[in-house]
Amino acid sequence: MTDFKPNTLPLTGRARADRRPHSLAEWQALGGYSAVEAALKLSPAEVVAQVAAARLNGRGGAGFPAAQKWRFMPEPGQSPGTGPSYLIVNGDEMEPGAFKDRLLLEALPHQVLEGAIIAAHATHATEAIVLIRDAYRPGIAAMEQAIQEARAAGLLGALSIRVHPSAGRYIVGEETALIEALEGNRAMPRKRPPFPAASGLWGRPTTVNNVETISLVPHVISMGPEAFSGLSWTDEGGTKLYGVSGRVKRPQLIEAPMGTTARELIERCGGVSGNGRLLTFQPGGGATGFLGPEHLDLPLDFGHVARAGSMFGTGTLIVLDETACPIGAVARHMRFYARESCGWCTPCREGLPWASRILDALEAGTASAADLDALRMIAAEAGPRGRAFCDLMGGAMAPLASALARFGDRFEAHLTGGCPQRRLA
Amino acid sequence: MSLSPDLLARIRDASAHHGGPRAAMLEALRMIQQEHGWVSDAHLAEAAQTLGVGLAEIESLATFYSLIFRQPVGETVILLCDGVSCWLNGAEEVRDALMARLGIGFGQTTADGKYTLINIACVGGCDRAPAAVVGRDRRLVGPLSPEGVAELLEGGL
Repeated sequence: MTDFKPNTLPLTGRARADRRPHSLAEWQALGGYSAVEAALKLSPAEVVAQVAAARLNGRGGAGFPAAQKWRFMPEPGQSPGTGPSYLIVNGDEMEPGAFKDRLLLEALPHQVLEGAIIAAHATHATEAIVLIRDAYRPGIAAMEQAIQEARAAGLLGALSIRVHPSAGRYIVGEETALIEALEGNRAMPRKRPPFPAASGLWGRPTTVNNVETISLVPHVISMGPEAFSGLSWTDEGGTKLYGVSGRVKRPQLIEAPMGTTARELIERCGGVSGNGRLLTFQPGGGATGFLGPEHLDLPLDFGHVARAGSMFGTGTLIVLDETACPIGAVARHMRFYARESCGWCTPCREGLPWASRILDALEAGTASAADLDALRMIAAEAGPRGRAFCDLMGGAMAPLASALARFGDRFEAHLTGGCPQRRLA
Repeated sequence: MSLSPDLLARIRDASAHHGGPRAAMLEALRMIQQEHGWVSDAHLAEAAQTLGVGLAEIESLATFYSLIFRQPVGETVILLCDGVSCWLNGAEEVRDALMARLGIGFGQTTADGKYTLINIACVGGCDRAPAAVVGRDRRLVGPLSPEGVAELLEGGL
């Protein structure tokens, strides 16, 4: 399996090592905008059909089939009222351990733009907005420049498109919270249904897609759905922009066939650092449950990782070697999720700081057995889907619940004198 | 000091193009911050008046976002990543070295007004951990080391 060498890496093959973005002319010389030209000759339904046949799943975390999401968008005249329909490209990458959209925005803005033009066509969207987090100002600048060039060259047609720089809140990445943010409200998630396709930005039909999903769309068109889906090892089409960080020798982004294993990805990073032995890894960022050495040969895609009891999430692995403390990792994740709770619902607003305080106390060696029981209770009661208003809470509980299940003895060991790893160090 | 006529014009323009005054509030805050470094009470009130939105509305937005500064910051803002991938690679040692060198904690500004140090969610620099983003262009720096902190600061961020 490891001898598979795609001729080109569609998503990242054209990225420069220094991440300097291409000018429009440079991008066109590399074949840029030919996919747009081809897609605009197709009907929206034909584009959707190609994306469906390509088996492209959304790359933002949930893995929902992109074509299915697009089919929820009403055709012009089919939605009540009048006004624009929206395509929103979600570039609010803030998940701990996720660093893939940064590359796509910074180094390959015209690819994002091509995908947005095609996706807008397929979803009958008349306006597109690329929302990017403030910490990604190089990406904001690159996208704005690309839009300006494409507009001047007449490549946008009637599509109105702009960048919306956000200002630093994780919850903005949740699609309904993102819509609230764009309307000028504090970014608190909305109840679903109605889903954004029925009532999104200003009550109008809206599709929200991740940067990576959008960046893949031109390749579905230019390669054809069969070739695109054939890039994968599994029944989820395309390549995946994996990331590997934490305790590996050369942390990096790796574009590889969907379904590539953690073993191969970690090998390509020069192996595990620290003591060289894998303790555990999170397959898709902070909000995904820990897997173990027994999962090294698991094909990493949405379906396989879900069946293994975790989530594929962003597909960016966080690796811990045997000398790294998983309780310390969960404690830091929890501080983050507690800080980023929007405060709307009680389990999240109160539960996350509570869990965070207990985890910090465990690390410091001041936690009691009753605290640990409380921590287990929080994970059990608040973790399951539906216990909080949105998925932030469940996401925050995923590393905690899986760590409690996998490393129960280590939690116990923290009750007497704090972190054993820290005492060793 | 009140907002410049040029800035006020740009705020009105954002209101016209970004879906109305409410939707333009964040952009207005960003523009004020870009010009003045932070958003003072007086500037907040001026923006509210210019957009025709309530002061409480725009203030609730300003306080929701962690990177809208409601107090003065230094010339260079250092946003130090506190994500787990950076932690696994020694971010807390870098944090301690930075704090010792600058003589400040998170959320504080050096007495000479040069640096503000703030911890931030994962900056997407996991391949350069431990990482930070610095300055107005949010330049990614890393991998950082406790020993390299002095060099980093002297190199002019």
